[in-house]
Amino acid sequence: MIKVKNISKAYNKAEALKNISLEVKKGELFGLIGPDGAGKTTLMRILMTLLIQDEGKAEMSGFDVVRDYKKIRRLVGYMPGRFSLYQDLTVEENLEFFATVFGTSIAENYELIKDIYVQIEPFKNRLAGKLSGGMKQKLALSCALIHKPEILVLDEPTTGVDAVSRKEFWDMLKKLQNQGITILVSTPYMDEAGLCDRVALMQKGEILRIDSPARIVENYPRKLLAARSEEMYRLINDLRAWKKVETAYAFGQFAHVTPVDDAMEAVELEHYLMSKKHQKLQVFETNPGIEDVFMGLMSEYRE
Amino acid sequence: MSRFWGFVKKEFLHIFRDVRTMIILFGIPVAQLLLFGTVITNEIKDAHIAIYDQSKDEVTREITAKLLSSSYFVLDQYLESTEDVEAIFKKGQVKEVLIFESNFAQTLEREGKANIQVIADASDPNMGKLLAGYTSGIINDYMLKEMGELKLPMQIKPEVRMYYNESLQSVHLFVPGIMAMILMLISAMMTSISITREKELGTMEILLVSPLRPVQIILGKVAPYLALSVINAVIILLIGHFAFGVPIHGSWILLMGESILFILMALCLGILISSIANSQMVAMFISMIGLMLPTILLSGFIFPIENMPMPLQVLSNLMPPRWFIVILKNIMLKGTGLLYVWKETLILLAMAVVFTAIAVRKFKVRLE
Repeated sequence: MIKVKNISKAYNKAEALKNISLEVKKGELFGLIGPDGAGKTTLMRILMTLLIQDEGKAEMSGFDVVRDYKKIRRLVGYMPGRFSLYQDLTVEENLEFFATVFGTSIAENYELIKDIYVQIEPFKNRLAGKLSGGMKQKLALSCALIHKPEILVLDEPTTGVDAVSRKEFWDMLKKLQNQGITILVSTPYMDEAGLCDRVALMQKGEILRIDSPARIVENYPRKLLAARSEEMYRLINDLRAWKKVETAYAFGQFAHVTPVDDAMEAVELEHYLMSKKHQKLQVFETNPGIEDVFMGLMSEYRE
Repeated sequence: MSRFWGFVKKEFLHIFRDVRTMIILFGIPVAQLLLFGTVITNEIKDAHIAIYDQSKDEVTREITAKLLSSSYFVLDQYLESTEDVEAIFKKGQVKEVLIFESNFAQTLEREGKANIQVIADASDPNMGKLLAGYTSGIINDYMLKEMGELKLPMQIKPEVRMYYNESLQSVHLFVPGIMAMILMLISAMMTSISITREKELGTMEILLVSPLRPVQIILGKVAPYLALSVINAVIILLIGHFAFGVPIHGSWILLMGESILFILMALCLGILISSIANSQMVAMFISMIGLMLPTILLSGFIFPIENMPMPLQVLSNLMPPRWFIVILKNIMLKGTGLLYVWKETLILLAMAVVFTAIAVRKFKVRLE
């Protein structure tokens, strides 16, 4: 459904995308995961025909993003990174406007947006600018869906949205996926990666890995240990100071530690930390999450 | 509802919901018209004068009475000596002093001539010249009426008539000028701001990825402002006609037709500005500095084009309001038809076409 081949894009001299290739299958929920500045928005804008790549080719539903941009614009729904609806129009007026622009009506495609729209319908006469963050996102999604797109492109839809609304939003995406819509979504939140069918981990304009979240975690070759004590800050500093530790960073209530030698046991680490007089120690081997993988890949990439 | 009308409806909603836009659209033109129409004027009215009458006879009293009854002058005070002249000018209120020589009537009777000294405050040179001119006009008039025929054996008397504006009211000149300025400014500024606002708020990104064509977006932006500007033009004409008594001798239909043409041209200029500017601030700045000042200074609205140095005269040809003002004056004051303004109309039309073409061409279908 979406094909990206060797795409490069630079703004002046800053390279935003370096030789990126990926493919999204029909009906897939595909995630672009990466920190700010990874190139997610640039890639999406190229796919949305808003920017022209310097090199490479990209296709949406078989149409070339440069040559057939008009056709693509009809069959893709797009939700940009920042709230891009008319704040001085009401919820209903916004929806109506986008319906007319795409040559359809709310009634015609009500079925598709029903689940989302019923939640904001009680506020349909409220100005869009006066909605809460979560509601704005729901309205924006409704507007992006109003013309029944084949492909939905969402640029960081959950940034700045509370945890409950974020979960609701992802539930909605799942439902849309079940209706056969191909979805490309970007997010800086690692925990959302697990909700996608497949993800591309991006960093500084490059793709580090493309796979299903489970496989990415499975194929992580390194050992991971978790540790905690009463003094977490000193603990992390001590860990980083030890030459047998490659990386150590805070992860929730624990410190996740990647040893230089994968054969290291939890006991060895515990002994070291005891020698540093840490109280109430807990040290054990743990399974890596996608965030660990990403951190590992990022540090590998830096070297 | 078609795409285009949906877009136009949205634009109207934007305009009507924003109090500031409404004020700029309708409040400012009326305020400006009233201000320019009443404050800026080249006429003399109630100028304060002082008189040092060393003679105090029948003739000087008659001349004084005639001056004061003209409604141009108000007597501030009588002076007692020449020293007072300097002092009273420094106070600033008095703009002109008249000094009658002693034994004025007697001298006039005996020698056939007498002297009046007119001293004007020329710190504002135009004002000084005008005052002196009006004063000598009134005095000459008096002389001719009272004794001219008796004394002078031969005389040539020019009969002056000021055609199309008999009473030389400057408001007749200002109304067309202000109309050109307001329509230019409002149309160009409002469209350029409304387009750059979409860029600033990120809604342009969504409009671009929609199936709307550039022409539809541009026309959708232009249509509401065209309608509102036409209403504006009518309001200005009505105020000019009924509040300031500016005549409209020519046809209303032609007048409105020319106004619509001019508004269209200005709207396209606004779209052109928005293709250069990326923020509302920049758009406003370009409209104000780039359009308002040249309109005021170079269009012949305030300063006559004939008096400008050659390069500026050439430059003024590029100012659309210059041609519009000529058209307006012709239709309103002279009552001429299209036959007399076809050249100016063609120039405006050409400008409109060129601006539209550039605007549509320069419209970016992408973000870069």
